[in-house]
Amino acid sequence: MNEIINLIIKSAFMDNMVFAYFLGMCSFLAVSKKVSTANGLGLAVIFVLTCTAPLNWLIQQNILNEGALSWIGPQFATVDLTFLQLLMFIAVIASFVQLVEMIIEKFSPALYGSLGIFLPLIAVNCSILGGSLFMVQRDFNLQEATAFGFGSGLGFYLAIIALAAIREKLKYSHVPDGLKGLGITMLLTGLMGLAFKTFIGMTL
Amino acid sequence: MSEVKEKEVIKIKKSESLLSKRRRNILIDPLDDNNPVTIQVLGICSALAVTIKLEPTIVMSLSVVFVMIFSSLLTSLVRDYIPTRVRIIVQLAIIASLVTLVSEFLKAFNYEMFKVLGAFVGLIITNCIILGRLEAYAMGNKPYDSVLDALGSSVGYAWIILAVAFFRELLGSGSVLGYKVFEMIGWPSFPTNGLFVDSIGAFIILGLIIWVQRSRNGYVEN
Repeated sequence: MNEIINLIIKSAFMDNMVFAYFLGMCSFLAVSKKVSTANGLGLAVIFVLTCTAPLNWLIQQNILNEGALSWIGPQFATVDLTFLQLLMFIAVIASFVQLVEMIIEKFSPALYGSLGIFLPLIAVNCSILGGSLFMVQRDFNLQEATAFGFGSGLGFYLAIIALAAIREKLKYSHVPDGLKGLGITMLLTGLMGLAFKTFIGMTL
Repeated sequence: MSEVKEKEVIKIKKSESLLSKRRRNILIDPLDDNNPVTIQVLGICSALAVTIKLEPTIVMSLSVVFVMIFSSLLTSLVRDYIPTRVRIIVQLAIIASLVTLVSEFLKAFNYEMFKVLGAFVGLIITNCIILGRLEAYAMGNKPYDSVLDALGSSVGYAWIILAVAFFRELLGSGSVLGYKVFEMIGWPSFPTNGLFVDSIGAFIILGLIIWVQRSRNGYVEN
Protein backbone atom coordinates (compact mmCIF):
# COMPACT_ATOMS: atom_id res chain seq x y z
CA MET A 1 0.00 0.00 0.00
CA ASN A 2 2.81 2.36 0.91
CA GLU A 3 4.44 1.93 -2.49
CA ILE A 4 1.19 2.84 -4.20
CA ILE A 5 0.81 6.03 -2.17
CA ASN A 6 4.45 6.84 -2.77
CA LEU A 7 3.95 6.40 -6.50
CA ILE A 8 0.95 8.73 -6.45
CA ILE A 9 2.90 11.41 -4.60
CA LYS A 10 5.92 10.94 -6.84
CA SER A 11 3.95 11.23 -10.07
CA ALA A 12 1.95 14.19 -8.80
CA PHE A 13 4.82 16.28 -7.47
CA MET A 14 8.35 15.16 -8.38
CA ASP A 15 7.55 13.73 -11.80
CA ASN A 16 4.84 16.24 -12.52
CA MET A 17 3.63 15.85 -16.13
CA VAL A 18 3.81 19.57 -16.82
CA PHE A 19 6.93 20.65 -14.98
CA ALA A 20 9.15 17.63 -15.46
CA TYR A 21 8.07 16.35 -18.89
CA PHE A 22 6.35 19.32 -20.58
CA LEU A 23 3.33 17.17 -21.33
CA GLY A 24 -0.08 18.73 -21.72
CA MET A 25 1.48 22.16 -22.20
CA CYS A 26 -0.97 23.22 -24.90
CA SER A 27 -4.10 22.93 -22.83
CA PHE A 28 -2.11 23.97 -19.77
CA LEU A 29 -1.36 27.30 -21.44
CA ALA A 30 -4.62 27.72 -23.32
CA VAL A 31 -7.12 26.90 -20.60
CA SER A 32 -5.41 28.52 -17.62
CA LYS A 33 -6.92 31.99 -17.90
CA LYS A 34 -9.73 31.38 -15.40
CA VAL A 35 -9.76 29.16 -12.30
CA SER A 36 -13.26 27.81 -12.94
CA THR A 37 -12.51 26.47 -16.43
CA ALA A 38 -9.11 25.21 -15.32
CA ASN A 39 -10.89 23.32 -12.57
CA GLY A 40 -13.20 21.62 -15.08
CA LEU A 41 -10.40 20.61 -17.41
CA GLY A 42 -8.22 19.40 -14.54
CA LEU A 43 -10.93 17.15 -13.16
CA ALA A 44 -11.65 15.71 -16.60
CA VAL A 45 -7.94 14.97 -17.12
CA ILE A 46 -7.72 13.18 -13.75
CA PHE A 47 -10.69 11.03 -14.69
CA VAL A 48 -9.56 10.16 -18.20
CA LEU A 49 -5.96 9.45 -17.15
CA THR A 50 -7.06 7.22 -14.26
CA CYS A 51 -9.21 5.18 -16.66
CA THR A 52 -7.03 5.02 -19.79
CA ALA A 53 -3.80 4.05 -18.02
CA PRO A 54 -5.09 0.68 -16.72
CA LEU A 55 -7.10 0.16 -19.92
CA ASN A 56 -4.02 0.63 -22.10
CA TRP A 57 -2.04 -1.53 -19.67
CA LEU A 58 -4.46 -4.39 -20.27
CA ILE A 59 -4.20 -3.89 -24.04
CA GLN A 60 -0.41 -3.83 -23.91
CA GLN A 61 -0.19 -6.96 -21.76
CA ASN A 62 -2.90 -9.02 -23.47
CA ILE A 63 -2.68 -8.00 -27.10
CA LEU A 64 0.39 -6.00 -28.08
CA ASN A 65 3.36 -7.57 -26.28
CA GLU A 66 5.36 -10.30 -27.96
CA GLY A 67 3.68 -13.60 -27.20
CA ALA A 68 0.79 -11.89 -25.44
CA LEU A 69 -1.70 -13.37 -27.87
CA SER A 70 -0.93 -16.94 -26.78
CA TRP A 71 -4.24 -17.02 -24.88
CA ILE A 72 -5.99 -17.44 -28.24
CA GLY A 73 -4.00 -20.47 -29.26
CA PRO A 74 -0.41 -21.75 -29.38
CA GLN A 75 0.04 -20.64 -33.00
CA PHE A 76 -0.17 -17.01 -31.87
CA ALA A 77 2.65 -17.35 -29.32
CA THR A 78 5.23 -15.65 -31.55
CA VAL A 79 3.10 -12.76 -32.77
CA ASP A 80 4.56 -9.37 -31.86
CA LEU A 81 2.22 -6.44 -32.33
CA THR A 82 4.16 -3.73 -30.48
CA PHE A 83 4.38 -1.64 -33.64
CA LEU A 84 0.62 -1.07 -33.34
CA GLN A 85 1.10 0.47 -29.89
CA LEU A 86 0.72 4.12 -30.89
CA LEU A 87 -2.34 3.52 -33.06
CA MET A 88 -4.04 1.39 -30.41
CA PHE A 89 -3.34 3.81 -27.57
CA ILE A 90 -4.55 6.89 -29.41
CA ALA A 91 -7.64 5.00 -30.56
CA VAL A 92 -8.41 3.91 -27.00
CA ILE A 93 -7.94 7.46 -25.73
CA ALA A 94 -10.03 9.07 -28.47
CA SER A 95 -12.85 6.58 -28.10
CA PHE A 96 -12.73 6.77 -24.32
CA VAL A 97 -12.99 10.54 -24.40
CA GLN A 98 -15.93 10.20 -26.79
CA LEU A 99 -17.54 7.66 -24.45
CA VAL A 100 -17.07 9.83 -21.38
CA GLU A 101 -18.55 12.75 -23.26
CA MET A 102 -21.67 10.75 -24.18
CA ILE A 103 -22.11 9.34 -20.65
CA ILE A 104 -21.80 12.74 -19.01
CA GLU A 105 -24.13 14.29 -21.55
CA LYS A 106 -26.72 11.61 -20.80
CA PHE A 107 -26.56 11.47 -17.03
CA SER A 108 -25.42 14.90 -15.91
CA PRO A 109 -26.26 17.67 -18.37
CA ALA A 110 -25.20 20.29 -15.80
CA LEU A 111 -21.65 18.91 -15.58
CA TYR A 112 -21.62 18.49 -19.35
CA GLY A 113 -22.48 22.15 -19.72
CA SER A 114 -19.54 23.25 -17.61
CA LEU A 115 -17.06 20.78 -19.14
CA GLY A 116 -18.53 20.61 -22.64
CA ILE A 117 -15.84 22.08 -24.86
CA PHE A 118 -12.88 20.81 -22.84
CA LEU A 119 -13.81 17.16 -23.05
CA PRO A 120 -12.94 16.63 -26.74
CA LEU A 121 -9.77 18.67 -26.18
CA ILE A 122 -8.51 16.00 -23.82
CA ALA A 123 -8.05 13.50 -26.65
CA VAL A 124 -5.11 15.52 -27.97
CA ASN A 125 -3.73 16.35 -24.54
CA CYS A 126 -0.25 14.85 -24.62
CA SER A 127 -0.25 14.02 -20.92
CA ILE A 128 -2.85 11.31 -21.53
CA LEU A 129 -0.91 9.55 -24.29
CA GLY A 130 2.30 10.29 -22.36
CA GLY A 131 0.85 8.60 -19.28
CA SER A 132 0.18 5.43 -21.25
CA LEU A 133 3.59 5.43 -22.95
CA PHE A 134 5.51 6.06 -19.71
CA MET A 135 3.56 3.33 -17.98
CA VAL A 136 4.77 0.83 -20.58
CA GLN A 137 8.31 2.18 -20.51
CA ARG A 138 8.55 1.82 -16.72
CA ASP A 139 7.14 -1.74 -16.51
CA PHE A 140 4.35 -0.99 -14.06
CA ASN A 141 1.85 -3.62 -12.97
CA LEU A 142 -1.89 -2.98 -13.18
CA GLN A 143 -2.15 -1.46 -9.70
CA GLU A 144 0.85 0.77 -10.23
CA ALA A 145 -0.42 1.85 -13.63
CA THR A 146 -3.73 2.96 -12.14
CA ALA A 147 -1.96 4.80 -9.33
CA PHE A 148 0.42 6.40 -11.82
CA GLY A 149 -2.50 7.55 -13.99
CA PHE A 150 -4.29 9.04 -11.02
CA GLY A 151 -1.16 10.70 -9.63
CA SER A 152 -0.22 12.24 -12.97
CA GLY A 153 -3.75 13.56 -13.38
CA LEU A 154 -3.62 15.02 -9.89
CA GLY A 155 -0.31 16.71 -10.68
CA PHE A 156 -1.75 18.24 -13.84
CA TYR A 157 -4.80 19.42 -11.89
CA LEU A 158 -2.71 21.11 -9.18
CA ALA A 159 -0.45 22.75 -11.77
CA ILE A 160 -3.23 24.15 -13.94
CA ILE A 161 -5.24 25.44 -10.95
CA ALA A 162 -2.18 27.17 -9.52
CA LEU A 163 -1.26 28.77 -12.84
CA ALA A 164 -4.84 29.93 -13.44
CA ALA A 165 -4.95 31.54 -10.01
CA ILE A 166 -1.69 33.38 -10.68
CA ARG A 167 -2.83 34.52 -14.12
CA GLU A 168 -6.08 35.90 -12.72
CA LYS A 169 -4.03 38.13 -10.43
CA LEU A 170 -1.62 38.94 -13.24
CA LYS A 171 -4.32 40.86 -15.11
CA TYR A 172 -3.80 43.79 -12.76
CA SER A 173 -0.05 44.08 -13.17
CA HIS A 174 2.04 45.86 -15.79
CA VAL A 175 3.87 43.36 -17.95
CA PRO A 176 6.21 44.51 -20.77
CA ASP A 177 4.43 44.31 -24.14
CA GLY A 178 6.54 41.51 -25.62
CA LEU A 179 6.15 39.38 -22.52
CA LYS A 180 2.37 39.66 -22.32
CA GLY A 181 0.49 36.39 -22.56
CA LEU A 182 2.71 33.47 -23.49
CA GLY A 183 6.07 34.96 -22.50
CA ILE A 184 5.26 35.76 -18.91
CA THR A 185 3.35 32.48 -18.59
CA MET A 186 6.45 30.53 -19.64
CA LEU A 187 8.58 32.36 -17.07
CA LEU A 188 5.91 31.73 -14.42
CA THR A 189 5.80 28.06 -15.32
CA GLY A 190 9.56 27.92 -14.90
CA LEU A 191 9.33 29.43 -11.42
CA MET A 192 6.49 27.10 -10.48
CA GLY A 193 8.56 24.18 -11.71
CA LEU A 194 11.34 25.35 -9.39
CA ALA A 195 8.88 25.27 -6.51
CA PHE A 196 7.73 21.74 -7.40
CA LYS A 197 11.40 20.60 -7.45
CA THR A 198 11.52 21.07 -3.68
CA PHE A 199 9.50 17.86 -3.28
CA ILE A 200 12.40 15.76 -4.66
CA GLY A 201 13.46 13.04 -2.26
CA MET A 202 10.24 13.02 -0.26
CA THR A 203 8.92 9.53 0.48
CA LEU A 204 6.35 8.21 2.84
CA MET B 1 -5.68 29.65 -29.61
CA SER B 2 -4.47 29.11 -33.12
CA GLU B 3 -5.56 31.66 -35.61
CA VAL B 4 -7.63 29.91 -38.19
CA LYS B 5 -7.59 32.71 -40.67
CA GLU B 6 -6.28 30.78 -43.66
CA LYS B 7 -9.32 28.56 -43.47
CA GLU B 8 -10.96 30.05 -46.52
CA VAL B 9 -9.86 28.52 -49.78
CA ILE B 10 -7.99 30.97 -51.90
CA LYS B 11 -8.86 31.02 -55.57
CA ILE B 12 -5.76 30.27 -57.57
CA LYS B 13 -5.10 31.05 -61.19
CA LYS B 14 -4.29 27.96 -63.23
CA SER B 15 -0.90 29.16 -64.42
CA GLU B 16 0.65 30.06 -61.08
CA SER B 17 4.39 29.59 -60.89
CA LEU B 18 5.80 27.05 -58.45
CA LEU B 19 7.10 29.76 -56.12
CA SER B 20 4.85 32.74 -56.70
CA LYS B 21 4.72 35.56 -54.15
CA ARG B 22 1.67 34.12 -52.43
CA ARG B 23 3.30 30.72 -52.11
CA ARG B 24 6.51 32.23 -50.84
CA ASN B 25 4.46 33.92 -48.13
CA ILE B 26 2.85 30.61 -47.16
CA LEU B 27 6.33 29.23 -46.76
CA ILE B 28 8.03 32.13 -45.00
CA ASP B 29 5.28 33.50 -42.75
CA PRO B 30 5.45 30.72 -40.14
CA LEU B 31 9.20 31.15 -39.80
CA ASP B 32 8.91 34.51 -38.08
CA ASP B 33 5.76 36.64 -38.15
CA ASN B 34 3.35 33.79 -37.63
CA ASN B 35 5.60 31.32 -35.85
CA PRO B 36 3.65 28.29 -34.61
CA VAL B 37 5.45 28.16 -31.27
CA THR B 38 6.02 31.75 -30.25
CA ILE B 39 3.00 33.43 -31.82
CA GLN B 40 0.32 30.77 -32.19
CA VAL B 41 1.30 28.86 -29.01
CA LEU B 42 1.11 25.40 -30.56
CA GLY B 43 3.22 22.31 -30.16
CA ILE B 44 5.04 23.22 -26.99
CA CYS B 45 3.86 19.95 -25.46
CA SER B 46 5.86 17.14 -26.88
CA ALA B 47 9.19 18.50 -27.96
CA LEU B 48 10.63 20.69 -25.22
CA ALA B 49 11.58 17.64 -23.20
CA VAL B 50 14.12 16.53 -25.82
CA THR B 51 15.93 19.87 -25.91
CA ILE B 52 18.51 19.05 -23.23
CA LYS B 53 21.04 18.24 -25.95
CA LEU B 54 21.26 19.51 -29.51
CA GLU B 55 21.60 16.13 -31.19
CA PRO B 56 18.29 14.50 -30.14
CA THR B 57 16.63 17.81 -30.92
CA ILE B 58 17.88 17.66 -34.51
CA VAL B 59 16.47 14.14 -34.88
CA MET B 60 13.21 15.26 -33.31
CA SER B 61 12.88 18.27 -35.64
CA LEU B 62 13.59 16.14 -38.70
CA SER B 63 10.93 13.64 -37.57
CA VAL B 64 8.39 16.41 -37.10
CA VAL B 65 9.21 17.94 -40.51
CA PHE B 66 8.76 14.53 -42.13
CA VAL B 67 5.50 13.67 -40.36
CA MET B 68 4.13 17.14 -40.96
CA ILE B 69 4.84 17.28 -44.70
CA PHE B 70 3.50 13.83 -45.46
CA SER B 71 0.44 14.09 -43.23
CA SER B 72 -0.42 17.41 -44.88
CA LEU B 73 0.05 15.91 -48.32
CA LEU B 74 -2.07 12.83 -47.55
CA THR B 75 -4.82 14.77 -45.79
CA SER B 76 -4.95 17.27 -48.60
CA LEU B 77 -5.20 14.49 -51.18
CA VAL B 78 -8.12 12.76 -49.45
CA ARG B 79 -9.74 15.90 -48.06
CA ASP B 80 -12.84 15.64 -50.24
CA TYR B 81 -13.53 12.08 -49.13
CA ILE B 82 -13.34 12.61 -45.37
CA PRO B 83 -16.73 12.96 -43.65
CA THR B 84 -16.64 16.01 -41.39
CA ARG B 85 -17.82 14.15 -38.30
CA VAL B 86 -14.94 11.72 -38.17
CA ARG B 87 -12.20 13.97 -39.57
CA ILE B 88 -10.24 14.19 -36.30
CA ILE B 89 -9.98 10.41 -36.07
CA VAL B 90 -8.96 10.15 -39.74
CA GLN B 91 -6.30 12.82 -39.25
CA LEU B 92 -5.06 11.14 -36.06
CA ALA B 93 -4.86 7.82 -37.90
CA ILE B 94 -2.79 9.37 -40.70
CA ILE B 95 -0.46 11.04 -38.21
CA ALA B 96 -0.18 7.94 -36.03
CA SER B 97 0.77 5.75 -39.00
CA LEU B 98 3.48 8.19 -40.09
CA VAL B 99 4.81 8.49 -36.54
CA THR B 100 4.92 4.69 -36.31
CA LEU B 101 7.02 4.72 -39.50
CA VAL B 102 9.46 7.22 -37.97
CA SER B 103 9.63 5.29 -34.74
CA GLU B 104 10.30 1.95 -36.49
CA PHE B 105 12.91 3.62 -38.70
CA LEU B 106 14.73 5.03 -35.69
CA LYS B 107 14.53 1.71 -33.90
CA ALA B 108 16.13 0.00 -36.89
CA PHE B 109 18.84 2.49 -37.85
CA ASN B 110 19.65 4.51 -34.72
CA TYR B 111 18.66 2.49 -31.68
CA GLU B 112 20.62 4.65 -29.22
CA MET B 113 18.77 7.74 -30.36
CA PHE B 114 15.51 5.82 -30.07
CA LYS B 115 16.40 5.04 -26.44
CA VAL B 116 17.21 8.70 -25.74
CA LEU B 117 13.99 10.00 -27.27
CA GLY B 118 11.95 7.19 -25.73
CA ALA B 119 8.25 7.93 -25.50
CA PHE B 120 8.66 11.35 -27.07
CA VAL B 121 8.74 10.03 -30.62
CA GLY B 122 5.26 8.64 -30.03
CA LEU B 123 4.17 11.92 -28.59
CA ILE B 124 4.63 13.61 -31.98
CA ILE B 125 1.08 12.33 -32.59
CA THR B 126 -0.30 14.76 -30.06
CA ASN B 127 1.87 17.63 -31.26
CA CYS B 128 -0.78 20.28 -31.72
CA ILE B 129 1.03 21.96 -34.63
CA ILE B 130 0.47 18.96 -36.86
CA LEU B 131 -3.21 18.48 -36.07
CA GLY B 132 -3.69 22.25 -36.06
CA ARG B 133 -2.25 22.74 -39.56
CA LEU B 134 -4.13 19.73 -40.94
CA GLU B 135 -7.36 21.09 -39.53
CA ALA B 136 -6.77 24.71 -40.47
CA TYR B 137 -5.01 24.37 -43.80
CA ALA B 138 -4.67 20.95 -45.38
CA MET B 139 -8.39 20.19 -45.06
CA GLY B 140 -9.22 23.11 -47.36
CA ASN B 141 -6.33 23.58 -49.75
CA LYS B 142 -4.56 21.92 -52.64
CA PRO B 143 -1.78 19.38 -51.99
CA TYR B 144 1.15 21.53 -53.16
CA ASP B 145 0.09 24.55 -51.08
CA SER B 146 -0.48 22.32 -48.08
CA VAL B 147 3.00 20.86 -48.40
CA LEU B 148 4.49 24.37 -48.52
CA ASP B 149 2.46 25.38 -45.48
CA ALA B 150 3.54 22.24 -43.63
CA LEU B 151 7.19 22.83 -44.53
CA GLY B 152 7.02 26.42 -43.31
CA SER B 153 5.28 25.59 -40.05
CA SER B 154 7.49 22.65 -39.20
CA VAL B 155 10.70 24.53 -39.95
CA GLY B 156 9.38 27.47 -37.93
CA TYR B 157 8.85 25.05 -35.09
CA ALA B 158 12.22 23.37 -35.61
CA TRP B 159 14.31 26.53 -35.38
CA ILE B 160 12.70 27.51 -32.09
CA ILE B 161 13.37 24.15 -30.43
CA LEU B 162 16.88 24.08 -31.93
CA ALA B 163 17.55 27.51 -30.43
CA VAL B 164 16.26 26.35 -27.04
CA ALA B 165 18.40 23.21 -27.25
CA PHE B 166 21.50 25.21 -28.26
CA PHE B 167 21.29 27.47 -25.20
CA ARG B 168 20.36 24.65 -22.86
CA GLU B 169 23.28 22.49 -23.94
CA LEU B 170 25.70 25.43 -23.96
CA LEU B 171 24.78 26.75 -20.52
CA GLY B 172 23.79 23.47 -18.92
CA SER B 173 26.54 21.12 -20.10
CA GLY B 174 29.02 23.61 -21.54
CA SER B 175 29.04 21.92 -24.93
CA VAL B 176 27.60 22.14 -28.43
CA LEU B 177 26.74 18.84 -30.17
CA GLY B 178 28.91 17.12 -27.58
CA TYR B 179 32.01 19.26 -28.21
CA LYS B 180 33.24 21.00 -25.08
CA VAL B 181 33.45 24.48 -26.57
CA PHE B 182 34.53 26.22 -23.41
CA GLU B 183 37.56 23.93 -23.02
CA MET B 184 38.48 24.60 -26.64
CA ILE B 185 38.52 28.36 -26.21
CA GLY B 186 40.62 27.97 -23.08
CA TRP B 187 38.03 28.49 -20.38
CA PRO B 188 37.64 25.03 -18.80
CA SER B 189 36.38 26.46 -15.51
CA PHE B 190 33.19 27.78 -17.15
CA PRO B 191 30.46 27.46 -14.50
CA THR B 192 27.74 25.26 -16.04
CA ASN B 193 24.32 25.65 -14.55
CA GLY B 194 22.36 22.51 -13.69
CA LEU B 195 19.14 24.49 -13.83
CA PHE B 196 19.36 24.53 -17.64
CA VAL B 197 19.64 20.77 -17.85
CA ASP B 198 16.46 20.67 -15.82
CA SER B 199 13.06 21.45 -17.34
CA ILE B 200 13.00 24.82 -15.62
CA GLY B 201 15.77 26.11 -17.87
CA ALA B 202 13.72 25.24 -20.94
CA PHE B 203 10.72 27.21 -19.73
CA ILE B 204 12.82 30.25 -18.93
CA ILE B 205 14.81 30.15 -22.18
CA LEU B 206 11.64 29.73 -24.23
CA GLY B 207 10.04 32.61 -22.32
CA LEU B 208 13.03 34.82 -23.12
CA ILE B 209 13.09 33.78 -26.81
CA ILE B 210 9.41 34.66 -27.02
CA TRP B 211 10.11 38.02 -25.38
CA VAL B 212 12.91 38.86 -27.84
CA GLN B 213 10.95 37.70 -30.86
CA ARG B 214 7.74 39.45 -29.97
CA SER B 215 9.46 42.72 -29.12
CA ARG B 216 11.14 42.57 -32.54
CA ASN B 217 7.88 41.76 -34.32
CA GLY B 218 5.81 44.17 -32.31
CA TYR B 219 3.27 41.42 -31.66
CA VAL B 220 1.25 42.04 -28.49
CA GLU B 221 -1.10 39.47 -26.99
CA ASN B 222 -4.11 40.70 -25.08
